Amino acid sequence: MTDIEITSESLTKEEAIANLQQTADPSLRYYAAWWLGRFRVSEPIVIQALEAALEDTDSRSPDGGYPLRRNAARALGKLGNPRVVPALTRCLGSDDYYVREAAAQALAELGDVQCAPQLLALLAGGIEVATQVPGKPHLTQPYAAIIEALGMLQVTDAVSLIAPFVEHDFATVKNAAARALYQLTGNTQYADRLITTLQGHSLQLRRSALMDLGAIGYLPAAEAIAAALTENSLKLIAMKGLMDNHLPSDQATPPELTPRAIEVMQLMDGLL
Amino acid sequence: MLVTDSANVQSLIDAVDTADSATALIGAVRSLAAAQSPAAVTTLITVLGFNNPGAAVAAVDGLVALGQAAVPALLEQLDGYNYGARAWAIRALSMIGDPRALDVLIETARGDFALSVRRAAAKGLGGIDWDGLPDERRIPAQTLAIDTLLGALNDPEWVVRYAAIVGLSGLLAVRPQPDAAVENVRDRLASCSRDDAEVVVRARAQMALMPQ
Repeated sequence: MTDIEITSESLTKEEAIANLQQTADPSLRYYAAWWLGRFRVSEPIVIQALEAALEDTDSRSPDGGYPLRRNAARALGKLGNPRVVPALTRCLGSDDYYVREAAAQALAELGDVQCAPQLLALLAGGIEVATQVPGKPHLTQPYAAIIEALGMLQVTDAVSLIAPFVEHDFATVKNAAARALYQLTGNTQYADRLITTLQGHSLQLRRSALMDLGAIGYLPAAEAIAAALTENSLKLIAMKGLMDNHLPSDQATPPELTPRAIEVMQLMDGLL
Repeated sequence: MLVTDSANVQSLIDAVDTADSATALIGAVRSLAAAQSPAAVTTLITVLGFNNPGAAVAAVDGLVALGQAAVPALLEQLDGYNYGARAWAIRALSMIGDPRALDVLIETARGDFALSVRRAAAKGLGGIDWDGLPDERRIPAQTLAIDTLLGALNDPEWVVRYAAIVGLSGLLAVRPQPDAAVENVRDRLASCSRDDAEVVVRARAQMALMPQ
């Protein structure tokens, strides 16, 4: 894992926009789409060009996928413009798994619940059809991203559809289901499942559970996060998530400190 | 301190050098760290560059337990190229708090390109053993540390700003007399507690201003 800040010096904003708008060199477009999202360039001209890139047919990967569409969807998730929700929602029907995944993640970030019916539709058939695609590392649908989006968008109708996925064979899907069910029901048994994963053998799953607990802001997890066998940088990010959720966010006034907030910060101090 | 004879320490060093898996390495480093022998310092520092977080944690623990005895070698072997190793070494120096590390911690907190290294250095500046400095150098050194940390309150990374507050908090604890420098620190912390973009940073500034 790297924590070196990426500097923006490699490209100017104007160059990146021009690179995204041209079509002669797909690799330049691909990079520009990522760059504009990374540096949060949210001008209307960028939104328009990225939205157009969601329907690109020039950039193709050997497996028949659409790399530029994937990057454009990811960037749009970071740029916060709700205008693109219908276009991203259409991407949920793409025949490229990774476009569907990027679109679900972006829609979750944009926080607009109008895509809920299309997200729910991707869970049709339930856990029985959530099997690995032969010859691919992934399942038939990007279940983890879909379920996470439903949780973040507070789609409470999704609870009964998501519930069986806490027993899925893929641990990433299991984690996503626990995380979403906690967000949708407030039932702490689901958050406690993530704490159990945090103490497991797989570093990748420990990291994922750590970020999930931070994302849902589950305050009782602070001690387990501090003690987890992962990098301090990640633990600090997760614990910031707990604090973001615990404290009121109105600026210009010092936040009122609860005894629990002080305990969490003391744990954070020990990780610096 | 645990007394371990030198032949035994050499065999523990050999075990680190010949470990054939990540897990074996962690075990060997833990044993070497637990021996608490100054002869282990060079090997423990080398481990910091192995890109094995478990082993590095154990090596840092061992170096911190050795305290001042580890400081000259840590300063000498600071690897300017491998930022992972540098981060661990700065972390060890921060935890030991020996004033000989002051210049390195100041330089690092000001301008290291890796945020985890700036973070560790900023915290370390608040935990220096100031009594280890002669009287005439103490106040100027603290002033330099305070100035560095006030600068770090403007870092683009929230975690570095957070660590700078922790560092300043440590300095406030050793400067209880309300002189101009202390007042300035308190003013800056008060602005942070209102104006920082991140609520966790505002909260930590608020905590630093609480009566001890």
